[in-house]
Amino acid sequence: MRLPAWLAQHLAALRALLVFTVLLGLAYPLALVAVGRIPGLDGKADGSLVTAGGKTVGSSLIGQSFADADGNPVPRYFQSRPSAAGDGYDPTSTSASNLGPEDIVDTTAADPAGSTQSLLTQVCARSKAVGELDGVDGRRPYCTADGVGAVLAVFRADGLTGPVTRVVSVNQTAPATPFLAEYRGVPVELAEPGQDYRAAGATIVAIRGDAPGEPPVPADAVTASGSGLDPHISPAYAGIQVARVARERGTDPAEIRRLVGAHTTGRTFGFMGSPGVNVLELNLALDERFPAR
Amino acid sequence: MTVTTAGVLFIVSLLAALVAVHKPFGDYLYRVVSGTRHSRVEQGIYRLVGVNPAAEQSWGVYARGVLAFSAVSILFLYGFMRLQNHLWLSLGFDPVIAHGAWNTAVSFVTNTNWQWYPGESTMGHLVQMAGLAVQNFVSAAVGIAVAVALVRGFARSRTGELGNFWVDLTRILLRVLLPIAVLGAVVLMVGGAVQNLSGGTDVTTLTGGTQTITGGPVASQEVIKELGTNGGGFYNVNSAHPFENPTTWTNWIEIFLILLIPFSLPRVFGRMVGQNRQGYAIVAVMAILALASITLTNVFELTGNGTVPQAVGAALEGKEVRFDVSNSATFAAATTLTSTGAVNSFHDSYTALGGGTLLVNMMLGEVVPGGVGAGLYGLLILAVITVFVAGLMVGRTPEYVGKKIGSREIKFASLYFLVTPALVLIGTAAAFATGNNSTALNVGPHGMSEVLYTFTSASNNNGSALAGITVSTPWWNTALGLCMLLGRFLPIILVLALAGSLARQQPTPASEGTLPTHRPLFVGMVVGVTVILVALTFLPALALGPLAEGL
Repeated sequence: MRLPAWLAQHLAALRALLVFTVLLGLAYPLALVAVGRIPGLDGKADGSLVTAGGKTVGSSLIGQSFADADGNPVPRYFQSRPSAAGDGYDPTSTSASNLGPEDIVDTTAADPAGSTQSLLTQVCARSKAVGELDGVDGRRPYCTADGVGAVLAVFRADGLTGPVTRVVSVNQTAPATPFLAEYRGVPVELAEPGQDYRAAGATIVAIRGDAPGEPPVPADAVTASGSGLDPHISPAYAGIQVARVARERGTDPAEIRRLVGAHTTGRTFGFMGSPGVNVLELNLALDERFPAR
Repeated sequence: MTVTTAGVLFIVSLLAALVAVHKPFGDYLYRVVSGTRHSRVEQGIYRLVGVNPAAEQSWGVYARGVLAFSAVSILFLYGFMRLQNHLWLSLGFDPVIAHGAWNTAVSFVTNTNWQWYPGESTMGHLVQMAGLAVQNFVSAAVGIAVAVALVRGFARSRTGELGNFWVDLTRILLRVLLPIAVLGAVVLMVGGAVQNLSGGTDVTTLTGGTQTITGGPVASQEVIKELGTNGGGFYNVNSAHPFENPTTWTNWIEIFLILLIPFSLPRVFGRMVGQNRQGYAIVAVMAILALASITLTNVFELTGNGTVPQAVGAALEGKEVRFDVSNSATFAAATTLTSTGAVNSFHDSYTALGGGTLLVNMMLGEVVPGGVGAGLYGLLILAVITVFVAGLMVGRTPEYVGKKIGSREIKFASLYFLVTPALVLIGTAAAFATGNNSTALNVGPHGMSEVLYTFTSASNNNGSALAGITVSTPWWNTALGLCMLLGRFLPIILVLALAGSLARQQPTPASEGTLPTHRPLFVGMVVGVTVILVALTFLPALALGPLAEGL
């Protein structure tokens, strides 16, 4: 019996798919799993796991959080970048924040659980917290002194034009003090929780303020990475943490700085990527060399 | 060394490597698709599949082969995901939800690799390696095969024969993709990419917390994801994940793999039509627009305009320290220029104009250099449109590499060009009309950008995302599945029909009135036609999204 051409063609397609599934979907990856068992390569193929005191404590390629159970930074350790992966550095829930460059207005609600921080406020709050932890100036452009985005909703008499009639600091609610007393002669109000001033017709204006153009808290300390698992921090961010770690461990900052240098990788071949400090490896070396008192 | 110098050297080194290999590698590809000998393994495969490798196919038979193979693949992949809980290595995951399995099956078969799901918590290892990664190989091979069939249409005369789909598919898989994948996977493993079947290792961190270090056959999937310009990540965060892209030099290798085949195929075109200079003209168009785009993306990201980047001091949100701003921007431009869609940083947090450039890269129709195969046939369509436009302007006969561009040919080319803009704009309008744009994470112009980017990515078979938008709903999965399906196979049918029509013609010898299509003038005209067509089609939509946000 001869099959109709269309059916014969689909059967050939199915047979081809099965042949290629066996070859490319089983033989190829499993052969590479076998290659990954070669001594020297096996550690990497299994995820570059690192051990301390005989126990596996993580992977040298995967960042981790050095905070206590309440989420507060443990001061004797160098801190990683902020992370958007699950509750932070969760490899089963990797993610970036995906918030855009003009995400600057918080959603405030009477119930704090219903409120969400804009990316700008997250950056400002992190900068303030890092500044306080490491004793440096945590101020940033477009941030208020209390660590939220310095953003105004400006109402004008004729919508987009005309004299200013009302000004609200959208990311500040009571009991805060408005970061500006007045704008164009109009006193600045605090935001009421649950209000959407943009929908009410206001223009959103970010206020730069007088913070230094190059803040002492580096960019990587206030931004979440793409993976949420970034194992590195910049040498600059490690630099501002040296004094605190030295104090906590009762040792000379110069010793700590030397250890940071030993765990800093430069650009590959001098031009690929960016210098970085592997935080887990650095902290493991700290525990070994300078155990906390 | 300054950040800018390092970033420029990174781009220059990639360019130098591509210039060095595109000729020998293109020549190798040419021998693969034009040879007449079949290896013993290939003969065995033809016997198992039940096809005669010596039989030549008309455009209709070739197209039906592509469509049958793709239809069977979609059904197989759909069933695989729906039944994964009964299979080995499922890691305890549930079957993939019906509308999601449809979307993902179409997504991987169409070389899009749009992902609505987080890989590490949705797909078991077996589905990843024997389902999704197999499509990474074969969908790439299908794209190259169709491009080769179109070039045969230019190269052959007075014949209905365009080659044999099964032979092209098998040879591209066995002689090109598989050997490079094996080599590349080992290289990535040396860098630290994982390759095991582990379901994860639970560890107690230094401060007493818990963390699960995931495993999986990652390196083997990572390499073909880049080489085949697929882009579907093993993990949710794709090539930003340290297990997919562990170091600064694996990042270089991955970008190189993305660009390798698309930039080598014009050489194959030149060899097959017997005029290498025609191939150089095509590769010049690709290189000019690609370099312009990579430069623009780097400039916008390194300048870091926008309120949050200004507050931070750099456009570093969503980017890794090891790649920093410049190497992230270069990857992002490469992945959107090639229909890959893999990401090593998150485009949603890019500056408005940087992200807008990535959007325009896709809107160019994925032709500079475009996806494997799809880039070449897309650009050849634009070259056909250019000779037609030029012919109208100066009153010369429209001809391209010895073939007349008559009304039948220009109809196929025009319809080809109209498919994706129609899908993008109708899809975006439908999302707003039905209120489904409300799943965007960001508000205002950026929310508009998220919706527009989503439809542009799906319809052009790219697969990258402004990932803040939630697309795991039935409406989004269904609509995007349709866009990917139509955006892939309508153009393929039109390309093969054009190939059939060209192959039947007798060659037209070049005369005084023929427009030379290898000179800088023609290169400039193709660049102009490409940019103008895109601008005319998409400027209003762009004005509402990235331009409104960034200006």
